[in-house]
Amino acid sequence: MKKPIAGGAGDAAGTVALPHPRTSGAKRPSAFLENERWLAAMLLAPTVLLLGLFIAYPFVMGVWLALSSTSVGNPGEFVGLKNFLKAWNDSIFRTAFYNTTYYTFWATVFKLTLGMYLALLLNRHFRGKRLVRASMLLPFIVPTVLSTFAWRWMFDPTFSVLNWLLYRTGFIVTKLPFLSDGDWGIWCAIVVNTWRGMPFFAITLLAGLQTINPDLHEAASLDGANGWKRFWHVTWPLLKPVTLVVVVFSVIQTFSDFQLIYVLTGGGPANATHLIATYAYQVGVATGLLGEGAAISLFMLPVLFIVVWLQLRYLRKLEGA
Amino acid sequence: MERRAFLKVTGIVGILAAGRAPAFAQGTKLHILRWVDFIPACDVELRKQAGEASKALGAEVQFEFINANDLQPRITAAIQSQSGPDIIHMLHNWPHLYENGLVDVSDVAEWQAKEQGGFYGQSEAYTKVGSRFMALPHGIVPGLTAYRKSWFNEVGVTTPPKTYDEYRQVGMRLKKKGHPIGQTLGHTFGDAPAWAYPLLWNFGGMETDKSGKTALDGKGAVEAVKFMTAFWKDACDEGGLAWDDTNNNRAFHAGEISATLNGASIYIAAKRAPDKIKDDKGEPLVRDIQHMRLPAGPAGSWSYHTAFAHGVMKYSKNQKLAKDFLKWLHGVGPYGRWFEVAEGFSIGSTKQWERHPLWNTIDEPMKGFKTAADNSRVIGFAGPPSAKATEVYSKYVIIDMFAKGVQGMKAEDAVKWAAGELKNIYG
Repeated sequence: MKKPIAGGAGDAAGTVALPHPRTSGAKRPSAFLENERWLAAMLLAPTVLLLGLFIAYPFVMGVWLALSSTSVGNPGEFVGLKNFLKAWNDSIFRTAFYNTTYYTFWATVFKLTLGMYLALLLNRHFRGKRLVRASMLLPFIVPTVLSTFAWRWMFDPTFSVLNWLLYRTGFIVTKLPFLSDGDWGIWCAIVVNTWRGMPFFAITLLAGLQTINPDLHEAASLDGANGWKRFWHVTWPLLKPVTLVVVVFSVIQTFSDFQLIYVLTGGGPANATHLIATYAYQVGVATGLLGEGAAISLFMLPVLFIVVWLQLRYLRKLEGA
Repeated sequence: MERRAFLKVTGIVGILAAGRAPAFAQGTKLHILRWVDFIPACDVELRKQAGEASKALGAEVQFEFINANDLQPRITAAIQSQSGPDIIHMLHNWPHLYENGLVDVSDVAEWQAKEQGGFYGQSEAYTKVGSRFMALPHGIVPGLTAYRKSWFNEVGVTTPPKTYDEYRQVGMRLKKKGHPIGQTLGHTFGDAPAWAYPLLWNFGGMETDKSGKTALDGKGAVEAVKFMTAFWKDACDEGGLAWDDTNNNRAFHAGEISATLNGASIYIAAKRAPDKIKDDKGEPLVRDIQHMRLPAGPAGSWSYHTAFAHGVMKYSKNQKLAKDFLKWLHGVGPYGRWFEVAEGFSIGSTKQWERHPLWNTIDEPMKGFKTAADNSRVIGFAGPPSAKATEVYSKYVIIDMFAKGVQGMKAEDAVKWAAGELKNIYG
């Protein structure tokens, strides 16, 4: 008995007809890889699976919760937009919404301004440049909860080291109400957020600055441009795309900020520092009203969507130009 | 008699008497989640008792302690994921909120009430949902005002002020001397509601009427906010808006404030560390501390004390073991030892503990805690302490009503704001 050649189809005459890879009925496993569609699907599968599991599923679950009366230990039922209406009629939610916008706007402005200034400074040549650049990242590296605890102690209503210092140096005669006054509280949160987020801006903008050809600056200098003109007419136009990307990331992170406020003020005094995320947590997780909490947090979605869409659109326009 | 039948008949007492463990599967663990006690020795005692209970029950008993402000998120996460501790510490009226996630422990509660002289009204109201006990009352942490005797004497006060107005006058004199009263109106679990709720009641305000309909928007609440605003400005450390439950303890020990509503932990901590916690003359601070009840308002002198209970979780695979353990832990022997370590900071949830010998030898400033629970009302008053009342508590609506007042909002507007929030919650 003749042994068939592996992979082939023997016939009675003893000749061997090797199958055409694309015409054979019984496909080999490797045949899938030769098909571009299958290969693409296989390569994409892990990503789709991960995105589905960790992004799509929680998102769909969040939307479902927001449309239901689910509370802790109670599966709930479909209630339509009731949770959204309840949130909209809730003055604490409206305060939290306003605070979130205010906090995000000012924190982003400061992070961008100071981050840009720092990046320009660090783009110069000086001794110990690498060490300074590395240490600048520290606020970004330290876990937010830990660093915010340190800030909380510095702003402590009774034992604030800042108050002590200002009092000892004769700048104040009574304590400053860092966290015990609503306006002061939100500005303290903006300061801490700026301190923490500025290195991200600085390091990314620094990377952008280093891609700018020094010849351009040199040419501008020869044409008599001063520092400000070189920045405005050379650096800024070339840095704009990077800046926009950083701002988009920062707005998303700041608008959905949670840890910082949770540790620093807990949303107080009298909800003056509550953000959408902290209030959603208070309602959904602490009070156990999961449906209402999910609805509150979903209010972030359209706002962020519009911000991201506008900025990306502008970015595309810049690239087109 | 067979061993199983013997255990069934005699229960835990039998287990202990026989010196043998019941037949729980080998390697069974019982996980109990509690707050970090303000008296650290109480947690040490519980850890010690976990070893004894493990031997008695034939299963490994493990305690976990977390910050009280983090308990509610942990409970929600545990119930929703259907996994976590077998028993969780319940504060206030939480059993009403988490009813669907808890096991009916009426059988053990009836045993405890019968054996130990009946529950205080507050403990029963907070754990009994409808006709079923959904958690087992464990203790009450009463809040009395700790104050500096010498500083009160300096402003001519030798007996505690009887009314809120008198207290304000005393506070004004103290603040002028640099010794303000310290009170939190922050987002925190214990001291803030213990101050804010009674203030509302004592001026005649109420969250709901007896039928559970919202009834906040009225003269009583407005008068309470007006008082608070004046009291805050005239007598208090105005940093209190950002305090949590630990700030006033630290401020009192550091000599920054002259009085504060608190559990007995300020006194007990000062007593246990006389070399560290001293007054401005270098003497142990404990000698200068006394306690008083809240003063009376136009509608009475009610207090709010924080009640504690243990809830057995419905998802637990060890429900029988959990109940047996609670019967052991709440029994006169183990509870008595823990009660003695607490030195009056935690009092019993049943009246029997008022007769404990501890009260005969306890320091004079601590004596007021013995019967402190007799004038406590419940959140949601005058209605029942329902899950809606917990929502009001968890959103700090009553506390923020006062906080808005002291931050400059007109009293009428602050009450209107809070009434609107209540309407949103109660429907």
